[in-house]
Amino acid sequence: MPLYHDEDQAMLADTARGFMADEGNTTKQLRHWRDRDCPDGFGHALWKQMAGMGFTGMLVGEEDGGLGMGHVEAGIVLEEIGRNLTPSPFLTSSVLAATALKHGSNDLKGRYLPGLVSGDSVFAVAIDETAKHRPSRITTKAEKSGNGFKLTGAKSFVIQGASADMLIVAARTSGSDDDKDGITLFAVPKDVANMSHDAVRLVDSSMASQTKFDGVDLDGDAVIGEVDGGREVLNAMLTAGRIGAAAEGVGVAAGAMDMTVDYLKQRKQFGQLIGEFQALQHRASHLYSEVEIARAVVIKAQQLLDAGADSAELMSSVAKAKVAKAAGLSVKEGVQMHGGIGMTDEYDIGLYMKRDRALQEFLGDAYFHANRVAELSGY
Amino acid sequence: MTDLETFRNETRAWLEANCPAEMREPVRDDEDVYWGGRNATFKSDAQKAWFEVCRDKGYTVPAWPKAYGGAGLSAPEAKVLRQEMSRIGARPPLSSFGIWMLGPALLQFGTEGQKQRFLSEIARGEIRWCQGYSEPGSGSDLVSMQTFGEDKEDHWVVNGQKIWTSYADEADWIFCLVRTDKDNKYQGITFMLFDMAGGGVTTRPILLISGNSPFCETFFDDVKVPKSYGEDCPGFVGQINRGWDVAKYLLGHEREMISGIGGGERTAAIGSAMKRQSAKTGDELDPVLRAELAMFDVDSLAFTAMGEKFMDEMKSGKGHPAQPNMMKYVGTELNKRRHELMMSAGGSRSLEWESEETGGGKPSRGWLRTKANSIEGGTSEVMLNVISKRILDLPGS
Repeated sequence: MPLYHDEDQAMLADTARGFMADEGNTTKQLRHWRDRDCPDGFGHALWKQMAGMGFTGMLVGEEDGGLGMGHVEAGIVLEEIGRNLTPSPFLTSSVLAATALKHGSNDLKGRYLPGLVSGDSVFAVAIDETAKHRPSRITTKAEKSGNGFKLTGAKSFVIQGASADMLIVAARTSGSDDDKDGITLFAVPKDVANMSHDAVRLVDSSMASQTKFDGVDLDGDAVIGEVDGGREVLNAMLTAGRIGAAAEGVGVAAGAMDMTVDYLKQRKQFGQLIGEFQALQHRASHLYSEVEIARAVVIKAQQLLDAGADSAELMSSVAKAKVAKAAGLSVKEGVQMHGGIGMTDEYDIGLYMKRDRALQEFLGDAYFHANRVAELSGY
Repeated sequence: MTDLETFRNETRAWLEANCPAEMREPVRDDEDVYWGGRNATFKSDAQKAWFEVCRDKGYTVPAWPKAYGGAGLSAPEAKVLRQEMSRIGARPPLSSFGIWMLGPALLQFGTEGQKQRFLSEIARGEIRWCQGYSEPGSGSDLVSMQTFGEDKEDHWVVNGQKIWTSYADEADWIFCLVRTDKDNKYQGITFMLFDMAGGGVTTRPILLISGNSPFCETFFDDVKVPKSYGEDCPGFVGQINRGWDVAKYLLGHEREMISGIGGGERTAAIGSAMKRQSAKTGDELDPVLRAELAMFDVDSLAFTAMGEKFMDEMKSGKGHPAQPNMMKYVGTELNKRRHELMMSAGGSRSLEWESEETGGGKPSRGWLRTKANSIEGGTSEVMLNVISKRILDLPGS
């Protein structure tokens, strides 16, 4: 398969680009909700519109009412989300949760997928427990209790946790904290007793929760996949989520870069356009190269994942790390080259910097993933 | 099974049957590379056998038309062949500037007569070519070159000097930029083809910091270059005074080649190999070095994907025409970084200049050689200028 979008995918990209630029732009979404202190951090109306576009259920199988598309397609939408800094539940609900629910029972699918496809529901994922991403260690416990489980522990960095209709929680059902086995994934509905969210606003205006489970009673049918066999589903979720986050990161990187290159063509100092200065031209050209490479490795990872290749796992980490570096460079160069106005809230370039920082951290930063590349490569 | 899968199976079987085991070992030094030409000798029977079987099948230049000695493979088939050769570590049967550079120029700009003669000679490894571009006063600013061809009706008399002519001392013919109009900077250069043994050509190897001499200075002293080598076979490519168009086109190819994209897929990630190498000398990778290796592997694996995307896009006509400049810039900078890390991981052993254990100082000489990567074929700085101008459309560049 060639490493570029086929005709259908190119058409989808056109549609997604137009839609997100019109409806998902910073004026209508990010700034709008931020300036109103919206507790969700995103707009439900846009989420419904995205459902209308067919985006929310892209990864959901056709038999479950979705479009049965792949990660290349989901990535197309994510890149535009990134480019417009659009706050939405797409990455967590339509990519991570949708991937997990593929492994769920028909009962679970029937309970949750229609709401996802219609844009009426929002899902969150609760994996991290400390300030850094470390999914190898799961201490939140789910102990057998009657016909079900009792969930105890705490999760951090649960994006849109307090707004979610259901949370996918990775918990330990056996073994010790760092064991590979003994993990079980649960679909936890929002209205269960003894679950509490400490919702905090993050630097990018998104909302994340510290979520506590203080003896939450769960039915046995809340289990996604096999009891004690959740690691595989968790890994599938993480791989899809990381590749998705990388796609969004490419959009952030490209959006910031385009803004910056435009600025170089408008701003005059010393009687000339600053884009005429070779010192800036070379930095802009270097940045362009890095963003192009980031985009290439992301589509490579998406295609591998869609093809079910084993190497998708390695490539997901290569992609996440590469994008973090490229997008980080893009926003830093963006603010610097904008000069003083790059520091003002009025200009969007700073918003790109903030979003990139949060996105880098989500599901593992460049250090985490470079280390993982080394481990997977045997050193 | 699709046609391409059938082709893959056939190719795999053919390679299995025809590629000698010795030709699946990594290339150790220049002796392992077969360059062809009038004075070529084979290092081993295996090298000879592998070359001949590929030549007969058109696999020295698989994507060239059969009429000119190629195998006429489609782009996807050629990719499959590259992948299958790479899978078993098969060496290229024939390397030459004819294949990499003159060939593409002739395919694009050559007459039928030129293709019949020169492409076939290249494909069969009969003539070894070198490239005459740079001059002592014309490096990055190539178009300022002064080597002059005086018009004598049916031939030119060429005088001047070229530099950085790769392996000129071993080449048979040269494709050479010669000024034919002193008043016209860009439209006053002709892309000439001539025999180096025809008289008036002297070459002198240049000793580099690596201790090797892959490049020469080449002097032209009243060299007679015919305007025609027979019917439909001019002694120049394209039109007289329009050689710059050919040169620019070829520079694109050179940039692809130097970026490591055109010439097959090298091992992108090096971390695990460096760990094994350290273990052999009783060393361990320093944690900070390990981290640098990991960051390098991320960049390198990502660039491999970029290379694949670049090739796919070029073949389908989707790529930006200036994209080879980006590939050259990133590929060469990565290669320099690769060798810096390999030197660090190798420790004092990698400093050895002549020892047998290091194959005559391969690590250190190879490291020094890479420093030319971002100079030859257009410096990194020139590449960044081109990206600024042609891709980002920045003002005044």
